[in-house]
Amino acid sequence: MTETTTAIRPPRNQWWDVWDQFKTHKGALVGLTIFITILLGITIGPWLWDMAPTYVDLRARNKGFSMAHPLGTDQLGRDLLARMMAGGKVSLSVGLTAMALAVSLGTTIGVLAGYFKKLESPLMRLTDLFLALPLLPLLLLMVTLFREPLSQRFGPEGGIFLLIVTAIGATSWMQTARIVRGEVLAIKEREFVLAARSIGTPARRMVLRHILPNVMSPIMVSATLGIATAIITESALSFLGLGFPPDFPTWGRLLFDAVDQIQLYPMRVVLPGIAISLTVLSVNYIGDGLRDALDPRIRGR
Amino acid sequence: MKLKTALLGAAASLILAPAAFAERGTDGEVRILYAQAVSTMNAYLSSGTKDVEVGSLVLEPLAGFNEKGEVIPRLVTEIPSLENGGISEDLKSITWKIIPGLKWSDGTPFTAHDAVFTANYCMDPAGGCAQLARYEGVDKVEALDDLTVKVSFHEPKPNPFMAFVGATSPILQAAQFANCTGANASTCTEENFKPIGTGPFRVTEFRTNDTVMLEANPNYRDPAKPAFATALVKGGGDATAAARAVMETGEFDYAWNTQISPELQEELAGAGKGQFVNAFGTLVERIEMNMTDPSPNLPEGERSTAAHPHPILSDIRVRKALSMAIDRQILVDIGYGEAGRPTCNLVPAPELYASDNTDCLTQDMEGAKALLAEAGWTDTDGDGILDKDGEKLSLVYQTSVNAIRQDFQAIIKQWWNELGVEVELKTVDPSVFFGGDAGSPDTFQKFYADVEMYANNFDGTDPEPYLAQYTCDKAPKPESQWQGENINRFCDPEYDALIKQLTATGDMEERSALAKRLNDMLTKDSYVIVPIVDRGRLSAHSNTLGGVVLNTWDSEIWNASDWFRIK
Repeated sequence: MTETTTAIRPPRNQWWDVWDQFKTHKGALVGLTIFITILLGITIGPWLWDMAPTYVDLRARNKGFSMAHPLGTDQLGRDLLARMMAGGKVSLSVGLTAMALAVSLGTTIGVLAGYFKKLESPLMRLTDLFLALPLLPLLLLMVTLFREPLSQRFGPEGGIFLLIVTAIGATSWMQTARIVRGEVLAIKEREFVLAARSIGTPARRMVLRHILPNVMSPIMVSATLGIATAIITESALSFLGLGFPPDFPTWGRLLFDAVDQIQLYPMRVVLPGIAISLTVLSVNYIGDGLRDALDPRIRGR
Repeated sequence: MKLKTALLGAAASLILAPAAFAERGTDGEVRILYAQAVSTMNAYLSSGTKDVEVGSLVLEPLAGFNEKGEVIPRLVTEIPSLENGGISEDLKSITWKIIPGLKWSDGTPFTAHDAVFTANYCMDPAGGCAQLARYEGVDKVEALDDLTVKVSFHEPKPNPFMAFVGATSPILQAAQFANCTGANASTCTEENFKPIGTGPFRVTEFRTNDTVMLEANPNYRDPAKPAFATALVKGGGDATAAARAVMETGEFDYAWNTQISPELQEELAGAGKGQFVNAFGTLVERIEMNMTDPSPNLPEGERSTAAHPHPILSDIRVRKALSMAIDRQILVDIGYGEAGRPTCNLVPAPELYASDNTDCLTQDMEGAKALLAEAGWTDTDGDGILDKDGEKLSLVYQTSVNAIRQDFQAIIKQWWNELGVEVELKTVDPSVFFGGDAGSPDTFQKFYADVEMYANNFDGTDPEPYLAQYTCDKAPKPESQWQGENINRFCDPEYDALIKQLTATGDMEERSALAKRLNDMLTKDSYVIVPIVDRGRLSAHSNTLGGVVLNTWDSEIWNASDWFRIK
């Protein structure tokens, strides 16, 4: 009887289901649109607006919005639109790469600690150790030790990029690891895992096939939060002189450079501020939508 | 709270005004704002400028400096010199004659024994005196009689105006501080907060790190001064807020050290309530050229040492070209405004020692390019960067993290790029850069870069110790734990010989000529040091406050006794 009422759907990739579910989340859609716009802006933008972000034009200092400089210029006459695009490129790539690093590190350690009883204690103590490490002195040490060899090998920008991404990634995976471990511990005791084990599923497949998809949503959430933290940490580092050299603009640096003139030229603070907030917010919404879409229990309801 | 202090001040001025002498205390209250709050009135227990300066309202030295850097008498009848016999022929002692009849603010007489006590107080090894440098080389201080103080030195001292001269070396009252010597110095809270002095004011209320209330000293030596009956020194906030309080809202009469951006200076000056005053001392923002090779390919311990001369900057033509490409006036306009002026001198002041070297003030791009071509640097591969023998003209330019310095870096980089010089910028956290940690590669002493920028000055009016920093033996090196003041590793036997000559010269004219010569050797003759901006002091005072003369050689409020209200 049921066979006649239910139309047999053609087999399709489960990611289409995810997308269908994702589409129903309005905030996530708006977030995705904004995020893609920002991404396009910073990748294609410099092709359309080919002013150098570091070109100092002393005759055009502190200019407001105009045709020549759509977002005005800063105290040295550098074009703000070009700087925003160049800055976004650095900030976003740092944010995304550092997040990817932190999340993969955190997930690996979390899953291993949660799934294998023997590894739990050493791995979680390692996590505690990293949590207890004071972040700033550690970063200072890393920068002092590795800045020169790295910038020699990969150039001043490439070297510091690697360094910062590694520094942020290596110091922000702990929360993800803890969350994932907790989830894994709970899922491990569920019937379907027992069933899978009873038919002799090896540990590797068990983790990849049965556990990981079920902890995807918390990972997604911590990943989106991670991007935000990474962008902000990079800003703080730039401010302390530990980040990128001053001739490589990032959103954080633009923001900090402008703080002195906040009363005279508020737009200079507002613009990078908006850019950072919009990115973080849109990423958070995307994360929210993805979490719902990736959770098989919510999907299809 | 603000209202309360204001009311208290008003009340105090009402009560005091009728009781005051002829002209003393007729102008009500003067309100002074220090962006850093005062924590003690005793200059010997704090190296903070704010404490020394506010303390100078109460405590006075025997002599001070005026705005030109000349020594002026305060508590003495005249300035000792070789002519009047106050300074001995062998330059080993100086004798001060105190004004007869001078009184402390509590009415007791001021004597030579107070000066002797003060010297012993500071030189007490258990005391940890913050101004010990002013008593350096002092053998003994004795009172020849009640009004004569003799200071003897271990070695001949061409510049004896150290002890008892300037706001950092005031006289304490022996009777009040008798039990505060040695280890007890910092425990004497009451004494340190309310010292008895000879200055124009005395403390009525002291709130640590907040407010100091003062009233006119009834026993001040000039019966007509100070014109103000009370003074209030409020601490806290930042330079911008302080400038606004004087220039925009008019809440205060005087704000100390209002270093703010040129744009803001212009805006506030337009508000019409006050004006900025500036004065120039010896603080010079400069670019230092590394005379040794900082290449990371060299083994640790040999980088930036005399063993390897710099491959590019050893050529004076390159150094000169780099200096010629800089337009100093533009940098001043962008970074400092009223608070700076372009300079080519390492010793820009006092007048006596300042060389007339001005040849760097005009930017000469074409000349710089020609000079580099003459030195053999050409762009053979067409990538826009000059090269010679297969090596690119590429420099690492480092400085500390500071908004103005980063602006300067960006501008100077562009000028140098125009010459065809590739520039890599590097910034270091100030606490690391100036931290002097021998283990860190990023200190300014280690100088693991080709050029670096920072500011430095010298204490007092005598440039001898400052110029003596550039002798060969003072170069930072691994053997000296990277300590040393000769940051550039400049080394010239002739320079060392002239420094020796300077140390042995007592005559002012000769000293001045020698100092100028040394200054020129470091700047226009060699371009080892490329001065950029002479950074002055910028303070603000209300349009109704008269008599303000800014002074960088002594306490900034050195002449507060002459201040008056413009009615």
